[in-house]
Amino acid sequence: MKVIVNVSLKEGVLDPEGQAIKSSLNNLGFEHCSDVRTGKQIILNLDQKSETEVIKQAKKMCEELLVNTVIQNYEINILKD
Amino acid sequence: MIVAIRKITGKTPIKIWHKEYDIPNLDLIVIPGGFTFGDYLRCGALAARSPVITSIKNHISRGGTVLGVCNGFQILIEAKILPGSLIRNKKLLFTCRETTLEVQSCIENPFLSGLKIGECLKIPVAHNEGNYFAPEDLLKQLKEEGRIALKYIKQKDNEKNYNPNGSTEDIAGILSKNGKVLGMMPHPERAMNYLHGGTDGLKFLTNCVEQIIG
Repeated sequence: MKVIVNVSLKEGVLDPEGQAIKSSLNNLGFEHCSDVRTGKQIILNLDQKSETEVIKQAKKMCEELLVNTVIQNYEINILKD
Repeated sequence: MIVAIRKITGKTPIKIWHKEYDIPNLDLIVIPGGFTFGDYLRCGALAARSPVITSIKNHISRGGTVLGVCNGFQILIEAKILPGSLIRNKKLLFTCRETTLEVQSCIENPFLSGLKIGECLKIPVAHNEGNYFAPEDLLKQLKEEGRIALKYIKQKDNEKNYNPNGSTEDIAGILSKNGKVLGMMPHPERAMNYLHGGTDGLKFLTNCVEQIIG
Protein backbone atom coordinates (compact mmCIF):
# COMPACT_ATOMS: atom_id res chain seq x y z
CA MET A 1 0.00 0.00 0.00
CA LYS A 2 1.34 3.43 -0.91
CA VAL A 3 1.25 6.15 1.69
CA ILE A 4 1.92 9.83 1.13
CA VAL A 5 3.35 11.84 3.98
CA ASN A 6 3.21 15.61 3.55
CA VAL A 7 5.56 17.49 5.85
CA SER A 8 5.08 21.23 6.29
CA LEU A 9 6.55 23.92 8.51
CA LYS A 10 4.50 24.98 11.51
CA GLU A 11 3.03 28.45 11.55
CA GLY A 12 5.45 30.98 13.00
CA VAL A 13 8.53 29.07 11.85
CA LEU A 14 10.56 31.12 9.39
CA ASP A 15 10.58 29.67 5.87
CA PRO A 16 13.35 31.55 4.00
CA GLU A 17 12.95 29.30 0.94
CA GLY A 18 9.23 30.13 0.79
CA GLN A 19 10.04 33.82 1.17
CA ALA A 20 12.50 33.68 -1.74
CA ILE A 21 9.94 31.89 -3.95
CA LYS A 22 7.28 34.43 -3.01
CA SER A 23 9.53 37.32 -3.94
CA SER A 24 10.30 35.72 -7.34
CA LEU A 25 6.60 35.09 -8.00
CA ASN A 26 5.84 38.73 -7.15
CA ASN A 27 8.58 39.84 -9.55
CA LEU A 28 7.04 37.69 -12.31
CA GLY A 29 3.81 39.64 -11.92
CA PHE A 30 1.96 37.37 -9.49
CA GLU A 31 1.43 40.28 -7.11
CA HIS A 32 -1.49 38.60 -5.39
CA CYS A 33 0.75 35.90 -3.99
CA SER A 34 1.11 37.11 -0.42
CA ASP A 35 2.78 34.08 1.17
CA VAL A 36 4.57 30.88 0.18
CA ARG A 37 5.34 27.97 2.49
CA THR A 38 7.44 25.04 1.37
CA GLY A 39 7.36 21.44 2.53
CA LYS A 40 8.39 17.93 1.67
CA GLN A 41 6.51 14.93 0.37
CA ILE A 42 7.60 11.41 1.29
CA ILE A 43 6.01 8.42 -0.46
CA LEU A 44 6.19 5.12 1.41
CA ASN A 45 5.43 1.65 0.16
CA LEU A 46 4.25 -0.50 3.05
CA ASP A 47 3.71 -4.24 2.65
CA GLN A 48 0.54 -4.41 4.70
CA LYS A 49 -3.13 -4.95 3.92
CA SER A 50 -4.93 -3.20 6.77
CA GLU A 51 -5.41 0.54 6.30
CA THR A 52 -5.52 1.17 10.04
CA GLU A 53 -2.25 -0.68 10.51
CA VAL A 54 -0.63 1.25 7.65
CA ILE A 55 -1.68 4.60 9.10
CA LYS A 56 -0.48 3.50 12.54
CA GLN A 57 2.93 2.49 11.17
CA ALA A 58 3.30 5.68 9.09
CA LYS A 59 2.44 7.80 12.13
CA LYS A 60 5.10 6.01 14.16
CA MET A 61 7.64 6.61 11.36
CA CYS A 62 6.75 10.31 11.33
CA GLU A 63 7.20 10.66 15.08
CA GLU A 64 10.44 8.66 15.18
CA LEU A 65 12.25 9.95 12.10
CA LEU A 66 10.42 11.57 9.22
CA VAL A 67 9.24 14.71 10.99
CA ASN A 68 10.86 17.18 13.35
CA THR A 69 7.81 17.91 15.46
CA VAL A 70 9.40 21.00 17.00
CA ILE A 71 9.06 22.88 13.71
CA GLN A 72 7.04 20.64 11.38
CA ASN A 73 3.49 19.33 10.97
CA TYR A 74 2.56 16.25 8.97
CA GLU A 75 -0.38 14.73 7.19
CA ILE A 76 -0.70 11.06 6.19
CA ASN A 77 -2.81 9.92 3.22
CA ILE A 78 -3.21 6.51 1.67
CA LEU A 79 -2.73 6.62 -2.11
CA LYS A 80 -5.64 4.82 -3.76
CA ASP A 81 -5.00 3.23 -7.16
CA MET B 1 39.01 18.22 15.32
CA ILE B 2 41.31 15.25 15.94
CA VAL B 3 44.35 17.39 15.00
CA ALA B 4 43.14 20.14 17.35
CA ILE B 5 42.60 17.80 20.32
CA ARG B 6 45.94 16.10 19.65
CA LYS B 7 47.67 19.47 19.61
CA ILE B 8 46.20 20.35 23.01
CA THR B 9 46.47 17.02 24.83
CA GLY B 10 49.44 15.47 23.06
CA LYS B 11 47.34 12.32 22.70
CA THR B 12 45.37 11.06 19.71
CA PRO B 13 41.66 10.76 20.52
CA ILE B 14 39.86 7.47 19.86
CA LYS B 15 37.69 7.51 16.75
CA ILE B 16 34.31 5.84 17.16
CA TRP B 17 32.42 4.53 14.14
CA HIS B 18 28.72 5.38 14.08
CA LYS B 19 27.69 1.70 14.07
CA GLU B 20 29.53 0.94 17.30
CA TYR B 21 27.56 0.17 20.45
CA ASP B 22 30.38 -0.52 22.85
CA ILE B 23 32.31 2.57 23.79
CA PRO B 24 34.76 2.82 26.67
CA ASN B 25 34.42 5.31 29.52
CA LEU B 26 35.62 8.59 28.02
CA ASP B 27 36.51 12.01 29.46
CA LEU B 28 34.94 13.83 26.55
CA ILE B 29 33.03 12.83 23.45
CA VAL B 30 33.25 15.29 20.57
CA ILE B 31 30.76 15.03 17.73
CA PRO B 32 32.45 17.03 14.98
CA GLY B 33 30.96 18.78 11.96
CA GLY B 34 30.70 17.10 8.60
CA PHE B 35 27.35 16.80 6.76
CA THR B 36 26.54 13.24 7.85
CA PHE B 37 24.42 11.30 5.34
CA GLY B 38 24.67 14.25 2.96
CA ASP B 39 22.19 16.23 5.09
CA TYR B 40 19.40 14.00 3.70
CA LEU B 41 15.90 14.35 5.24
CA ARG B 42 17.10 16.98 7.78
CA CYS B 43 20.63 17.85 8.89
CA GLY B 44 21.75 15.26 11.44
CA ALA B 45 18.41 13.40 11.36
CA LEU B 46 19.79 10.09 10.08
CA ALA B 47 23.00 10.22 12.15
CA ALA B 48 20.89 10.87 15.25
CA ARG B 49 19.33 7.42 14.72
CA SER B 50 22.69 5.65 14.34
CA PRO B 51 23.53 2.91 16.90
CA VAL B 52 26.31 4.96 18.55
CA ILE B 53 23.78 7.54 19.76
CA THR B 54 22.41 5.08 22.33
CA SER B 55 25.92 4.76 23.77
CA ILE B 56 26.35 8.54 23.76
CA LYS B 57 23.04 8.88 25.63
CA ASN B 58 24.28 6.33 28.19
CA HIS B 59 27.53 8.29 28.55
CA ILE B 60 25.48 11.45 29.20
CA SER B 61 23.23 9.74 31.75
CA ARG B 62 26.38 8.68 33.63
CA GLY B 63 27.28 12.40 33.85
CA GLY B 64 29.66 12.30 30.86
CA THR B 65 30.67 15.34 28.86
CA VAL B 66 29.80 15.88 25.17
CA LEU B 67 30.70 18.68 22.78
CA GLY B 68 28.84 18.90 19.46
CA VAL B 69 30.14 21.26 16.80
CA CYS B 70 28.18 22.29 13.69
CA ASN B 71 26.71 19.04 12.30
CA GLY B 72 27.51 17.61 15.75
CA PHE B 73 25.17 20.23 17.23
CA GLN B 74 22.52 19.35 14.62
CA ILE B 75 22.86 15.65 15.56
CA LEU B 76 22.49 16.43 19.30
CA ILE B 77 19.30 18.36 18.49
CA GLU B 78 17.91 15.63 16.23
CA ALA B 79 18.73 13.01 18.90
CA LYS B 80 16.69 15.18 21.32
CA ILE B 81 19.72 15.45 23.61
CA LEU B 82 19.47 19.24 23.24
CA PRO B 83 16.15 21.04 22.68
CA GLY B 84 14.97 23.31 19.86
CA SER B 85 15.76 23.13 16.19
CA LEU B 86 18.35 24.31 13.65
CA ILE B 87 16.70 25.59 10.49
CA ARG B 88 17.86 27.08 7.18
CA ASN B 89 20.00 30.22 7.42
CA LYS B 90 17.77 33.26 7.14
CA LYS B 91 19.45 34.51 3.96
CA LEU B 92 19.47 31.04 2.34
CA LEU B 93 23.24 31.19 1.96
CA PHE B 94 25.85 28.72 3.04
CA THR B 95 27.87 30.94 5.36
CA CYS B 96 31.57 30.33 5.88
CA ARG B 97 33.31 33.14 7.74
CA GLU B 98 34.59 34.37 11.07
CA THR B 99 32.07 35.34 13.74
CA THR B 100 32.49 36.96 17.15
CA LEU B 101 31.01 35.04 20.06
CA GLU B 102 30.26 36.35 23.52
CA VAL B 103 30.46 34.06 26.54
CA GLN B 104 27.10 34.25 28.34
CA SER B 105 26.31 34.11 32.01
CA CYS B 106 25.13 30.51 32.32
CA ILE B 107 25.04 27.46 34.58
CA GLU B 108 28.29 25.84 35.62
CA ASN B 109 29.77 23.85 32.77
CA PRO B 110 33.15 22.43 31.79
CA PHE B 111 33.32 24.32 28.49
CA LEU B 112 33.31 27.98 29.53
CA SER B 113 34.12 27.91 33.25
CA GLY B 114 37.70 29.10 32.73
CA LEU B 115 36.56 31.99 30.53
CA LYS B 116 35.07 35.30 31.66
CA ILE B 117 31.41 36.20 31.19
CA GLY B 118 31.23 38.73 28.36
CA GLU B 119 34.56 37.57 26.93
CA CYS B 120 34.65 37.59 23.13
CA LEU B 121 35.98 34.78 20.97
CA LYS B 122 36.57 35.00 17.22
CA ILE B 123 35.59 31.61 15.81
CA PRO B 124 34.44 30.81 12.25
CA VAL B 125 31.17 29.21 11.16
CA ALA B 126 30.55 27.10 8.04
CA HIS B 127 26.95 25.97 7.66
CA ASN B 128 23.69 26.15 5.77
CA GLU B 129 21.31 25.22 8.60
CA GLY B 130 22.53 26.94 11.75
CA ASN B 131 19.58 29.19 12.46
CA TYR B 132 18.69 28.17 16.02
CA PHE B 133 14.94 28.21 16.54
CA ALA B 134 13.15 27.72 19.84
CA PRO B 135 9.43 28.19 20.50
CA GLU B 136 8.76 31.00 23.01
CA ASP B 137 8.18 28.74 26.02
CA LEU B 138 11.40 26.84 25.36
CA LEU B 139 13.36 30.06 24.94
CA LYS B 140 12.02 31.26 28.28
CA GLN B 141 13.00 27.96 29.88
CA LEU B 142 16.53 28.09 28.41
CA LYS B 143 17.01 31.59 29.81
CA GLU B 144 15.66 30.68 33.24
CA GLU B 145 17.86 27.61 33.41
CA GLY B 146 20.94 29.54 32.21
CA ARG B 147 21.50 27.28 29.23
CA ILE B 148 22.34 29.85 26.56
CA ALA B 149 26.14 29.56 26.44
CA LEU B 150 27.30 31.53 23.41
CA LYS B 151 25.81 34.34 21.35
CA TYR B 152 26.96 36.08 18.18
CA ILE B 153 27.83 39.67 19.03
CA LYS B 154 28.41 42.97 17.23
CA GLN B 155 31.92 44.34 17.00
CA LYS B 156 30.71 47.79 16.04
CA ASP B 157 27.38 49.48 16.82
CA ASN B 158 26.40 49.70 13.16
CA GLU B 159 27.39 46.14 12.27
CA LYS B 160 24.48 44.39 10.56
CA ASN B 161 25.52 40.86 9.67
CA TYR B 162 27.15 39.83 12.91
CA ASN B 163 24.64 36.99 13.23
CA PRO B 164 25.51 34.67 10.32
CA ASN B 165 22.25 32.72 10.21
CA GLY B 166 19.42 34.75 11.79
CA SER B 167 19.20 32.60 14.94
CA THR B 168 16.74 33.52 17.68
CA GLU B 169 18.34 36.10 20.00
CA ASP B 170 21.70 35.55 18.24
CA ILE B 171 22.14 32.15 19.90
CA ALA B 172 25.27 30.28 18.78
CA GLY B 173 25.43 27.54 21.41
CA ILE B 174 23.30 25.95 24.14
CA LEU B 175 23.87 23.64 27.10
CA SER B 176 22.02 20.63 28.45
CA LYS B 177 20.19 20.93 31.77
CA ASN B 178 23.19 19.60 33.72
CA GLY B 179 25.68 21.74 31.75
CA LYS B 180 27.62 18.68 30.59
CA VAL B 181 26.55 18.83 26.94
CA LEU B 182 27.32 21.82 24.72
CA GLY B 183 26.13 22.21 21.15
CA MET B 184 27.55 25.08 19.09
CA MET B 185 27.51 26.02 15.40
CA PRO B 186 30.96 27.72 15.24
CA HIS B 187 34.08 25.59 14.66
CA PRO B 188 36.72 26.13 17.39
CA GLU B 189 39.02 23.62 15.65
CA ARG B 190 39.26 26.05 12.74
CA ALA B 191 40.82 28.83 14.82
CA MET B 192 43.88 27.03 16.13
CA ASN B 193 46.80 29.02 14.72
CA TYR B 194 47.63 32.33 13.09
CA LEU B 195 47.35 30.81 9.62
CA HIS B 196 43.69 30.12 10.41
CA GLY B 197 43.29 33.82 11.15
CA GLY B 198 43.24 33.49 14.92
CA THR B 199 43.74 31.28 17.96
CA ASP B 200 40.54 31.77 19.94
CA GLY B 201 39.43 28.24 19.08
CA LEU B 202 42.64 26.93 20.62
CA LYS B 203 41.92 28.99 23.71
CA PHE B 204 38.36 27.64 23.90
CA LEU B 205 39.32 23.96 23.40
CA THR B 206 42.34 24.21 25.73
CA ASN B 207 40.03 25.57 28.39
CA CYS B 208 37.57 22.68 27.83
CA VAL B 209 40.34 20.09 28.14
CA GLU B 210 41.73 21.77 31.29
CA GLN B 211 38.30 21.91 32.92
CA ILE B 212 37.48 18.30 32.06
CA ILE B 213 40.80 16.51 32.51
CA GLY B 214 42.61 19.03 34.72
